[in-house]
Amino acid sequence: MREGTMVEAGTKVSSAIRGSGDAMVRMDGVHKWYGQFHVLKDINLTVAKGERIVVCGPSGSGKSTMIRCINRLEEHQSGHIVVDGVELTNDLKRIEEVRREVGMVFQHFNLFPHLTVLENLALAPVWVRQTPRKEAEESAMKYLERVRIPEQAKKYPGQLSGGQQQRVAIARALCMNPKVMLFDEPTSALDPEMIKEVLDVMVELAHSGMTMLVVTHEMGFAKTVANRVIFMDRGEIIEENEPGEFFTHPRSERTKLFLSQILAH
Amino acid sequence: MAVERVAERAPARPPVWNDPRFRAIFFQALVLALVIGVGAYLVNNTLTNMEKRGIASGFGFLGTTAGFSISTTLVPYTEESTYGRAFLVGLANTLLVSVIGVFFATILGFIVGIARLSRNWLVAKLAAVYIETLRNIPLLLQIFFWYFAVLRNLPSPRQSFILFDIFYLNIRGLNTPAPVFEEGFGWVLLSAVVAVAAAVSIVRWARRRREETGRPFHTVYTSLAILFGLPTLATLLAGSPLHWEYAVLEGFNFQGGMVMSPELVALVFSLSTYTASFIGEIVRAGIMAVNRGQTEAAYAVGLSPGLTLRLVVIPQALRVIIPPLTSQYLNLTKNSSLASAIAYPDLVLVFAGTVLNQTGQAVEIIAITMAVYLTISLLISMFMNWYNRKMALVER
Amino acid sequence: MNDRAQTYLPGTHPDLPPPPSMVGVYGWLRANLFSSPVNVILTLLAAYIIYLAFPPLIQWVFINADWQGDTREACRREGACWVFVKVWLRQFMYGRYPSTEIWRINTAYAILALGMIPMFIPRVRGKAWIAAFLLFGYPVVAYYLFYGSAFGQVVVETPLWGGLFLTLVIASVGIVGSLPIGIVLALGRRSRLPIIQSVSIAFIEIWRGVPLITVLFMASVMFPLFMPEGLTIDRLARALVGVMLFSAAYMAEVVRGGLQAIPKGQYEAAQALGLNYGKMMALIILPQALKLVIPGIVNTFIGLFKDTTLVLIIGLMDFLGTIQSAGTNPQWLGFAIEGYVFSALVFWVFCFGMSRYSQHLERKLRTTH
Ligand SMILES: Nc1ncnc2c1ncn2[C@@H]1O[C@H](COP(=O)(O)OP(=O)(O)OP(=O)(O)O)[C@@H](O)[C@H]1O
Ligand SMILES: [Mg+2]
Repeated sequence: MREGTMVEAGTKVSSAIRGSGDAMVRMDGVHKWYGQFHVLKDINLTVAKGERIVVCGPSGSGKSTMIRCINRLEEHQSGHIVVDGVELTNDLKRIEEVRREVGMVFQHFNLFPHLTVLENLALAPVWVRQTPRKEAEESAMKYLERVRIPEQAKKYPGQLSGGQQQRVAIARALCMNPKVMLFDEPTSALDPEMIKEVLDVMVELAHSGMTMLVVTHEMGFAKTVANRVIFMDRGEIIEENEPGEFFTHPRSERTKLFLSQILAH
Repeated sequence: MAVERVAERAPARPPVWNDPRFRAIFFQALVLALVIGVGAYLVNNTLTNMEKRGIASGFGFLGTTAGFSISTTLVPYTEESTYGRAFLVGLANTLLVSVIGVFFATILGFIVGIARLSRNWLVAKLAAVYIETLRNIPLLLQIFFWYFAVLRNLPSPRQSFILFDIFYLNIRGLNTPAPVFEEGFGWVLLSAVVAVAAAVSIVRWARRRREETGRPFHTVYTSLAILFGLPTLATLLAGSPLHWEYAVLEGFNFQGGMVMSPELVALVFSLSTYTASFIGEIVRAGIMAVNRGQTEAAYAVGLSPGLTLRLVVIPQALRVIIPPLTSQYLNLTKNSSLASAIAYPDLVLVFAGTVLNQTGQAVEIIAITMAVYLTISLLISMFMNWYNRKMALVER
Repeated sequence: MNDRAQTYLPGTHPDLPPPPSMVGVYGWLRANLFSSPVNVILTLLAAYIIYLAFPPLIQWVFINADWQGDTREACRREGACWVFVKVWLRQFMYGRYPSTEIWRINTAYAILALGMIPMFIPRVRGKAWIAAFLLFGYPVVAYYLFYGSAFGQVVVETPLWGGLFLTLVIASVGIVGSLPIGIVLALGRRSRLPIIQSVSIAFIEIWRGVPLITVLFMASVMFPLFMPEGLTIDRLARALVGVMLFSAAYMAEVVRGGLQAIPKGQYEAAQALGLNYGKMMALIILPQALKLVIPGIVNTFIGLFKDTTLVLIIGLMDFLGTIQSAGTNPQWLGFAIEGYVFSALVFWVFCFGMSRYSQHLERKLRTTH
């Protein structure tokens, strides 16, 4: 029933419809306010299974808010968000169901400082999925190997470098076998030499077929792995396109301005 | 010329008072001499004064008969008991007030602290009013208020305030039921021990099973059932060897049951409500010290709010809370010495008050009293250091 | 809703007002009081507590209270009888200080107030000089005003001092006197010389480990024994020494916190400039550290201010002491509650005000650093 309005929206819907048969995440006319402030305005976005989407846009444009709505770290006020067939409402059981299937990586890692790396990884599998600890730890080790730091398993997060911490955070999310991974500026708190080690892990993850929604300003990453790039400004999706087109022929003035600022650096 | 001066000065040894090693020794010796000197002077004066006033010295008085009575005694005590015994009575009373006070202050403080963080505006404001009111009014004033203005103005036992039909609050204090043990109570006691052991092992077993198979187990309900069920069963089987003796109004006073003196009630009440206001702030600060990102990360991996609190927030908040919390316990213990202002026979009133007045041995008695509090402080700070070392987050 | 169903070209979506359920009184109530069933119950519970506590309190304090008159007979006893406070007010404020001399206390208050006002105004220059006067000059002036003996003033002996005046004297002398001792102890505790360090630690930990009341007992019964023959010091002075030593230990810990917060680089830079220990501390480290610990000092003062009530146990007539004794006056039996409520209010205003001030300072420090 919402489809009607989306068709009217014209230019921007083509790709949204394209993935809708096999949609992993669907956002339909989502609006959100902080008090009087309208942060998300009529967001329509469909992420197909296996799709990799990069979200960019100026600071304060609502990128974080949008992806945090997908696992209900933020509540939206109107519109629909459906993740893997489950619509997000006030029902806590459903919210937890969605969160089990959605992994998230934060800008500031947010590892649990009182637990070792291995305990950080095994926490959710043991308590949420009710996996036996031994099994959970074995699979945690597998993921640590995948992010290339199995030797740090017994250390505490405070003893690791930023890049290592972020890779642990990625492994922690992967331990729950999520169907979608959300990344909120995973590299922007890192020193340049650590960015690469995190991006490498993310690229590998993309090649393994994971559905990913990544907020980042790493344009190289966008060019190599993204199926689509989304540009947000002032709470709206202004433009979305394949990376090739997006970078070479941006359609709107604001996108051009933004790209010129980003690429100038 | 410059060359000449360098040549002139280089070989000369620096004067000894410019040598840091000398200075270190000199200043330390000075401080030591000062401390010893002042100490000797005071001791000398004290000895002369005591001799002149005919005050004995030494700790022999602890063995002499006290000859006064004490209203609340946990340790057997009569007028014929010694001063040493009176000391123990006072110490026990201080510890009694402190332990009960700590118990209630902790419960109330955690409730207030959590309420202060509630997303419910009214609840949060109410908690804030509680905290800001109580911690900005002197404790002694609060004790006076509850004792003189409230408890001393309560009606006579005939018109007692009745709580839950078994507690009676009146001007003579708080009457509560008293347990009466009969033959066979040993079995009940034994069953209680068994129940505790069983509950502990169930908790352990459940944890191990959860680790091995991942299946959860309702430990809380099961162990509660065992903890209460087993002793109840034993009580029934042994023919109810424990019953409660209720306080009954006979004539003008209550017979039977236990009575907590108004002094004790006022003291415990004001100590715990006052300390709770500080604990509330500590708890709030501790919970706020846990980064919001921690909760978000826990939610993001699918933990429920309850599990997030239990596995992520509380373990981190406790590290922040426990050190200042223990120092609040210490403060409460020290503040229990205000008991003497309303004549509750605590260590200070009995020992540094009555015993000192009777014997005049100020130096010994004040020294012993201070030593007791110092020992308690020392034990608590040893615990704190141990805890901090154990809990310190590992950082790079 | 119609508004929202409408669509716009990308980049032209206007800011819309939030849905009505989010805004206004209704939105606020929903978000803050009735967001979930549990919250509804909590709100009702809190409202019930407020209903139980506040209306009777207001009735007692204001509506049914007696304000007029100046004898006991003026009290109808349906609510609070503020006549009691009115009659005893002078005692509560000044104790038994002769009424013809009270202007001396008020003058001292006025000077203090005049000195304090510029401290709160950001634009005023030379705050350091004013502070120096308040710390060093003012106590001398105040001493001669309170005690007398200079300029032909009548001497008012300390047993006549009392009420809130005495409370303020004890707390202020305690804090001003303990500051220098505290600084020395803090420096001692951080010293690398083992004897100095252990003497400081022992001193600090002993006073911090015992209750103030034992210190006051010690001051009142042991100090006379300490004195050489023939020398007696009055009760107030003894209590003051006790309070000073006691709060010096707490002050030392506050100052130590400030010293620890100064980065090591500051010490190294001072030494690199060739300053010796004394100059380094006096010119570089302490000025920075003391500024950092002002909030801590204010908090210590609040604690001490509340703790001064304990002096009534050794027989000094402080604020609470005068209230206690007025309440036991045979003429006025049964008015203790009014006295307690009044003094609670006075203490609360002082302590709450100061704690707000110290929070304000803390916030300011945090933003300027
Ligand atoms: N909890 C909040 N309350 C009020 N306003 C908020 C809140 N969180 C974010 N905002 C506002 O919402 C807008 C969008 O924030 P958001 O964090 O989504 O931006 P962003 O695109 O992620 O920016 P950045 O690149 O800086 O991370 C910003 O203007 C921000 O000020
Ligand atoms: Mg962001």
